[in-house]
Amino acid sequence: MKVKVLFFAGLREQLGTPGEEIELPGGVTTVGGLRQFLSEKGNSWKSALAEGKLVRMAVNQDMVQPGAPIKAGDEVAFFPPVTGG
Amino acid sequence: MKISVQPGDFDLSAEVKKISGEKTVGAVASFVGVVREVPMTLEHYPGMTESAIRRIVEEASGRWKVMDCTVIHRYGALQPGDQIVLVAVASAHRGDAFAACEFIMDYLKTQAPFWKKEHHPGGAAWVEARASDDQAAGRWQGPTRKAS
Repeated sequence: MKVKVLFFAGLREQLGTPGEEIELPGGVTTVGGLRQFLSEKGNSWKSALAEGKLVRMAVNQDMVQPGAPIKAGDEVAFFPPVTGG
Repeated sequence: MKISVQPGDFDLSAEVKKISGEKTVGAVASFVGVVREVPMTLEHYPGMTESAIRRIVEEASGRWKVMDCTVIHRYGALQPGDQIVLVAVASAHRGDAFAACEFIMDYLKTQAPFWKKEHHPGGAAWVEARASDDQAAGRWQGPTRKAS
């Protein structure tokens, strides 16, 4: 299945991309699983998304926990803890 | 309710006036955040930002008697002294207005997808999230603080 992945702020800069459409392997069914899958794409991906890094996640613009399910066509965003206000 | 995420500045007194018109409004509490010391660029997540703020305001409206509310948050390049954010809450009495205003600000700090990048003379750096902001939002969990 295909999902749209977005990155913001420091994470976007570290990865050098604002996001992309990606085709997921069958085993990836949660946002945490997607993070794991992306972290295996290369060195900068690993250092940005590896476990232990503070990364927040949103599915279809709702902040979620790593166990949240994802389905085809979803917009999944990864970003650092927010610092507005 | 008005929620605006915009690059441009805002006028506090004009915004307060807009939510003070109803005869039953007896209190308007407002908060303005200002850029301190260092120029910065604010990035946000268009679409999610507005819906996250809307959800925070709805949560506040469920806890206190909020008659009207305006939240304006700027993005883009900002200079020291520039206004960043406005939260203004109209209510019948000050207790509800103060509490809802503070609640919205605390939640906005931890839930609305904004990121600040500071431009220091030696280079630019993303601002790190602060644990004290999580604690400020966390204190609203559990029994609702009653407005007096």
